[in-house]
Amino acid sequence: MSKHELILLKNMLQPGYTGSLMDYEKTGGYQALRNTVGKVAPADVTAIVRKSGLRGRGGAGFPTGVKWGFLPKDYQGPRYLCCNADESEPGTFKDRQLMERDPHQVLEGIVLACYAIGAETAYIYIRGEMVLGSKILERAIGEARVAGYIGKNILGTGINADVWVHRGAGAYICGEETALLESLEGKRGLPRIKPPFPATHGLYNKPTVVNNVETLANLPHIITRGPEWFAAIGSPPKSTGTRVFCVSGHVKRPGNYEVPMGVTVRELVYEHAGGMRSDKPMKAFIPGGASAPFLTPAHLDVKLDFEHVAAAGSMLGSGGVTVMEEGTSMVWAALRLMEFFYHESCGKCSPCREGSAWLVQTMRRILAKRGRMEDLETLLDLCKNIAGRTVCAFGDAEVAPIQSTLKYWRQEYVDLINEANAANLIRPEPVARG
Amino acid sequence: MTFSKKYKDEIADILSRYPVKRSALIPLLYIAQRDHGYVTESAMHEIAHLLRLTPPQVYETITFYTMFNLKPMGKFHIQVCKSLMCALVGSDTVIEWIKAKLGITPGESTADGLFSLSAVECLAACGTGPMMQINDDYYEQLTEDKLDRILADLRSTGTSPLKSGPFMWPEPVTGER
Repeated sequence: MSKHELILLKNMLQPGYTGSLMDYEKTGGYQALRNTVGKVAPADVTAIVRKSGLRGRGGAGFPTGVKWGFLPKDYQGPRYLCCNADESEPGTFKDRQLMERDPHQVLEGIVLACYAIGAETAYIYIRGEMVLGSKILERAIGEARVAGYIGKNILGTGINADVWVHRGAGAYICGEETALLESLEGKRGLPRIKPPFPATHGLYNKPTVVNNVETLANLPHIITRGPEWFAAIGSPPKSTGTRVFCVSGHVKRPGNYEVPMGVTVRELVYEHAGGMRSDKPMKAFIPGGASAPFLTPAHLDVKLDFEHVAAAGSMLGSGGVTVMEEGTSMVWAALRLMEFFYHESCGKCSPCREGSAWLVQTMRRILAKRGRMEDLETLLDLCKNIAGRTVCAFGDAEVAPIQSTLKYWRQEYVDLINEANAANLIRPEPVARG
Repeated sequence: MTFSKKYKDEIADILSRYPVKRSALIPLLYIAQRDHGYVTESAMHEIAHLLRLTPPQVYETITFYTMFNLKPMGKFHIQVCKSLMCALVGSDTVIEWIKAKLGITPGESTADGLFSLSAVECLAACGTGPMMQINDDYYEQLTEDKLDRILADLRSTGTSPLKSGPFMWPEPVTGER
């Protein structure tokens, strides 16, 4: 049992809690909505969220209230809310639990956000593989519609908020907010060039907010208990509230652990997740999903909040913490992630489309003991020419595994190449570099 | 019966959710895939007609997404996650087991048309790996024994009680709280 107060996982950890509307209402569910919709001015709801310091839980960590504030005030046409439930960052599996175990907590957050930004329609863009999750959400929406929390004329206030589940179809890039909008419009999920931002030109070119599942699930609690309460949790002033960290890899008890932002990696891995699975010590960890650079046991006391993880040279990202034990080949691990990015590159920007293929080829060659010392420079050169030169942040993400493993475990690359030289294997001709 | 007639009500319901017809493309492709196990060319033409799109607009979209099949698949489509988090806890071994048990490699189907195998990227179940998805269901924390039971269940009854329910991991510890 966690020594910290739980917010998002509290209900679902109660014995017998099913996530039905009745169960959710018993825990005080939909009280925030009852006390807010039609009673508090939408601008005040935005102000409350801004004051709470809530930042996006999808990966970028942008302040939610500020994001809402970018919507044009005087625009008369429709606005949209999109709940980003695409959860496809390797290492991340929290949204799945939030949706499947306590769907109404997410729905209440969605309706509150709709009210604050003046949206009458919300789409939950859920990753296509989560068939069970989409069914659970649809059933919950049905319950909430009958109870008057969702749909036309919510609780007789005259406010409308329709919520629809929209399944993706298997594309990592659709977690990027503008790619998500393209996909929701029935197109290929290619990220858009920004600006214009979704706040002014989003879904169907209308003002749109895209928020992550976990971000939205926090809203009922912030409204009910007040922004000051929320802002005091975690690492104020910049990283407030809790995070549901997803621990995976070589630990004894992998899984979702909700802790206040700012606990150390050591506490998360050794107290909550039970430590390493065997007597092998930790060799490496990733603090925030596949897009976050690898860190070493020297970083175990880094606080898990946006600022401290960034200062350590990585990022808090989506909260997916993957732990690797001694004996894991870092070249192999980086290649596995690189193969993921190669598979998932949408193909819009040539540095990413072509570069990811070259990175995979070069990494495979090194791992197969057919590499040469120049390959290391080739890798770094490629990384340098991808990061920051693409439309979306995918380019920065895909080079993280290789750059960080080369930084901390360069010797492993060198050893593989030395073995290749010793074996005197026939190697392919050098790749021409311009 | 044509696709649009057979699913008239479901299609109308989906279309009512979006102000722009094209948004219904992916949902309609899912219905077409459910119908045949893959999206047929005639279904693509019908969907294009329904949504006032050109056939290339449908085709360019369908080929972007990995979940749509353009050719017939086995009755059970086994997709094993091979990304790093699952690979750390043995997903490569799971693929080897399946290869040995069914005699197919990723990308192939068994001769009896029952099983197809794919090695896929992350399915968001990293804490409960190694894992696989078969049709709509997740199967997590795989062992060889569990895999045998799942395959036997699918052969005999078409489903398996070992599939995942609403996800929560770790499960709540009762008694000591």
